[in-house]
Amino acid sequence: MSKNGSAPAPSEFPPPVDPVKEFIKQGLDDEDELIEVGVVIVGGGTAGLACANRLLQLLGDDPELMEKLGEVPVAIVEKAKTCGGHNLSGAVMRPGPLQELFPDLSREDWRKERFAFGEVTKESVYLLTGPKTKLRVPIPAVPNFKNHGNEVVSVSALARFQQSQAEEGGAYVLTETSATQLIVEDGKVVGVRSGDKGRGKDGEPLGNFEPGTDIKAKVTVLAEGCWGHLTGAAIKEFDLGEGREPQVWELGVKEVWKVKKPLDRVIHTFVQPWPLKVAAKYGQLGGTWIYPMKDEKTGDDLVSIGFVVDLNYRDATTSAHDLLQTFKTHPLVKDILDGGERVSWGAKALPGGGYWSMPKLSMPGALLVGDAGGMVDTAALKGVHHCIKSGILAAEAIYKNLKGEGELSAYEDAVENSSIAKELYQVRNTRQAFQKGFLVGSLLAGPSIMSKGKVPPGRQEWHRDDAEPMFLGDTKERYPKPDGKYTFDKLSSVYISGNATRDDAPNHIRVRNQVPREIAETWVWMCPAGVYEIPEDAPEEGTVDVIVNYTNCVQCGAITAKGGRLTPPEGGDGPLYRNT
Amino acid sequence: MADILTYVLHYEGEFNKNSLGAVSEATARAKEIGGESHALVLGGDDLTDELCQSLGAYGATKVFRAKGAEGLAPPVVDAMAKVIEENGHGYALFGGGLLGFEIGAGLAARLNGGVTMEVISVRAEDGKLVAERPILQDSKISVSRYKGLGIIIGRINAFETRTVDGGSAEVVDVDVDYSEWSNQAKMVQRGEQRGADVDIEGADILVAGGRGLGKPEGFELAEALAKAFGGNSAVAATRAVVDAGWYPYAAQIGQTGKTVSPKLYLAAGISGAIQHKVGMQSSENIVAINKDANAPIFEFSDLGIVGDLNKILPKLTEAIKAKKGG
Amino acid sequence: MKICVLVKEVPDAAVEKRIDPSTGRLDRSGEKNLNPYDTHAIEAAMQLREGGAVEVDEIVAVTMGPESAVRALHKAVSLGADRSVQLTDDALAGSDVAATGYALSKALEKESPDLVLLGQQSDDGECYTIGAVVADHLKMPSLTQVIKMDVEDGGLRCERQAEYGYDTVQVALPAVISVGDAINEPRYPSLKAIMGARKKPLETVGTGDVGIESDRVGEEGSQVDCGDFHDPEAKPAGQIIEDEDTDETVEKIVAWLEERKLI
Repeated sequence: MSKNGSAPAPSEFPPPVDPVKEFIKQGLDDEDELIEVGVVIVGGGTAGLACANRLLQLLGDDPELMEKLGEVPVAIVEKAKTCGGHNLSGAVMRPGPLQELFPDLSREDWRKERFAFGEVTKESVYLLTGPKTKLRVPIPAVPNFKNHGNEVVSVSALARFQQSQAEEGGAYVLTETSATQLIVEDGKVVGVRSGDKGRGKDGEPLGNFEPGTDIKAKVTVLAEGCWGHLTGAAIKEFDLGEGREPQVWELGVKEVWKVKKPLDRVIHTFVQPWPLKVAAKYGQLGGTWIYPMKDEKTGDDLVSIGFVVDLNYRDATTSAHDLLQTFKTHPLVKDILDGGERVSWGAKALPGGGYWSMPKLSMPGALLVGDAGGMVDTAALKGVHHCIKSGILAAEAIYKNLKGEGELSAYEDAVENSSIAKELYQVRNTRQAFQKGFLVGSLLAGPSIMSKGKVPPGRQEWHRDDAEPMFLGDTKERYPKPDGKYTFDKLSSVYISGNATRDDAPNHIRVRNQVPREIAETWVWMCPAGVYEIPEDAPEEGTVDVIVNYTNCVQCGAITAKGGRLTPPEGGDGPLYRNT
Repeated sequence: MADILTYVLHYEGEFNKNSLGAVSEATARAKEIGGESHALVLGGDDLTDELCQSLGAYGATKVFRAKGAEGLAPPVVDAMAKVIEENGHGYALFGGGLLGFEIGAGLAARLNGGVTMEVISVRAEDGKLVAERPILQDSKISVSRYKGLGIIIGRINAFETRTVDGGSAEVVDVDVDYSEWSNQAKMVQRGEQRGADVDIEGADILVAGGRGLGKPEGFELAEALAKAFGGNSAVAATRAVVDAGWYPYAAQIGQTGKTVSPKLYLAAGISGAIQHKVGMQSSENIVAINKDANAPIFEFSDLGIVGDLNKILPKLTEAIKAKKGG
Repeated sequence: MKICVLVKEVPDAAVEKRIDPSTGRLDRSGEKNLNPYDTHAIEAAMQLREGGAVEVDEIVAVTMGPESAVRALHKAVSLGADRSVQLTDDALAGSDVAATGYALSKALEKESPDLVLLGQQSDDGECYTIGAVVADHLKMPSLTQVIKMDVEDGGLRCERQAEYGYDTVQVALPAVISVGDAINEPRYPSLKAIMGARKKPLETVGTGDVGIESDRVGEEGSQVDCGDFHDPEAKPAGQIIEDEDTDETVEKIVAWLEERKLI
């Protein structure tokens, strides 16, 4: 609670938005105004492209069906300037599904294509006990962090590779294009509508205004990633969340560094008691990663480093961006990064609810793949291979469906019987206890992992992130003052993310403009790009105004978890990640 | 082969400052490679003998004068090509400015020369001239060496104007057979000033204001200071205050606004975040006034004052007015 | 009237620009995009066509570049060009601005346009007015920095920014006009136009097809050698004054400015 006893929750101040009314379009435009494609995939990330890759492989062997699908058998709608531009992950990937997708490629080939950076041969796990101290945690005690044989990858670079494969296979990749509405006709998804371009600050059409277009498709795949825009609306429209646990989210902030001496191992750390707090009232949980990356082409030694924090926290001053900077001041990290140069920065939210929070994965006319379907194992920090696998399974179900040999919903069973559900099921109850506090959570998480999910039994609940009461705590006192060379402020970080947004673009973020200070500060600290600001002359207590510098937004999605809503800005806006 | 021909732009009876700088540069460099510094002017009757001879003050020994339409590039290409072909100049030099780019490029095509734009420095090396220019947003310097005729176009304010003692120039009239296409463009009106527009890119001195000004009225301090500096001075703004509506977009400097390189950039109440820095970092002299000693701008300013701009700006304005007004 | 628009593929503005140590030239391996200034040129061509004052039979996008440059042509076509021409040849690699202008002029000669439009600068070469090079080879007048263009008296009435303010120039066609970004607000292509772009004719030509003399292009043909790079001089650290006595501080500032002949 704050000094005056107030502890408001963001959910008490919902953003001004009605997803079903605004983001579901009932009925298609006239034939001559719309574009017709075979399959439309919204989102050119790992999962969406895997679906395209697999589907085009199947269609490549079936010219008859390929022709039936018309001029554009597969279209991918991607809001960034290129596929991969808005993708970010750690990442250490289990190799299976990618090998399944491209059986002719060896892991050496992956590295030559510059989206993979080496096999993991060593790993370490630490517990940070203080700003200069740490304890080594033996791997057998945390088998979820065993990574031997896995590959360090960049999902941003991987998406670029997948994009070129998809184009070679005959896909139309529509970059700089956002999908703003899901089109439903007679209770079935029949396509999506692309976003308008050329609107001004207040949404008014400018001189070069170009309205969006309806894209009609036989099947729609929603691969929008973390709490996707259309996915959220679809979940509401088709009740896909019924009987499931609510989704909860985590925010990861990442940097890539060029370093002088190569790192020889993959490192994960627990971050309580430092720099996160142990006491239950803070509600904090997080972790970090440090992964080595060897660039085959330039020979550079790179390091990927990130801080992930569960968005369930209660201390409004929790800031993932600043926590990463704080983490860097620990000698463990200084030893690795000293003398190096920061070359990339980015931030992205991810779904942390796991098995029980996954929505129903199909609806009439459409499927959910990847993070949009909540397929991330946050105990092991693994989601990339699930994204790929779900894309493959979706493609196979779609292919059968187009041939008249099966229902789209067969995809759900396919996922349930695959490695995706098997792995997620094992950790289905592992992390919920952390919502009661770090110590309680730790006591229960260990046995859960060791028993491969046999304990605790039943179904553990999740509490929504935005229902947590917020207070003004003191986590912020641990943050270092940025020196501009080793530690950085939010604006410099946003700059190197390649963020380019039109100065007079309309505001794409929905939040209430007047909220209690605790909520406003939650947003100010939480946002890694410095979008939210409280005017200097605002009162110390009570209701304050919130300034939204939306042109800084890197579209990480965190705001959607804590009381606001991210909608897609004009296509082409936002960051341009390369190797995150 | 070692003579340098400099194009000198003029308007309403006065030579362009950047052109004079170029003549000075040519004079200094020609000496180093054993050649002479010559100039070329093109225009009407306002190019009197007296005016042309005055280029001798900058070291030009010969001034080639052609009669033709001023302010357009193709006729100058014709004139310079003829003079260079007949006299064997090894280099053509231009001071910073938009017309110079056009003429230099056209000349490269006409005489199969090598051309470098945005040059910031020229030097002699083994009897030949070598030019340097910044590339990749001023992060690297590229060095140009010429296989034959070298055409060097300076960046704005790159060449300093220097006079020599006892210099006098011989005026040589040139009869130019203008190409057919040179006559296809006709100047209807030249040099129209548009008051409403803020031309910050051409200003020698910029007084830039940021959030630190506190409120829109804070720009009155910046405007007063710019006025005191007089001459070619203007007021600029950061993106933050333009977004907030304190100043017009035409004055915005930075990543999405304009890029400038004036002789003096005085930043008041600006933190110096990188989005702004990229728009003005190549200014010749950077002075910053900010009350926060840790503001990033102090890391790249030439003179930084940690203090309250509300106290400093008015006093500075008065002091400069006094110095100028006498 | 036939309009040719010269377009170029350049590294995206957000991509960090650096020299590729292995080639000594700009590293072009990152994201590429149609040069933003060229979109203004295409828009200008479209506005001439839609303005109705003159009949524009064809708008052709022309580029000189490797395989990936095809994307820039697709974009140009989605913005309204009717067809495109790609000039590509190994012999052209390493051409400087003068050699590039010469090569483009030969490709344009074949098209015989009434008007050539292009953006006044490109993000990567940081050179201005390749238009002037092209114009001289084509024996056409050149005008750069144009921010307004209207059909008048059988030619074009242009306004352009120059040293002393705005000039108004009447140009008779054929001509080469380089436009500034202030000339118009480019339209956004519709999805239909984007997807239809691939179907429009794209002709690929080499040096031999348009009569380019190989010894006048490429690294060998370029008259400037600019493969030597170095870092700029490190700026000496600046001076800092903490203002305690404002009158004294102001005196110091004025002295500093005078020293540098700034007042």
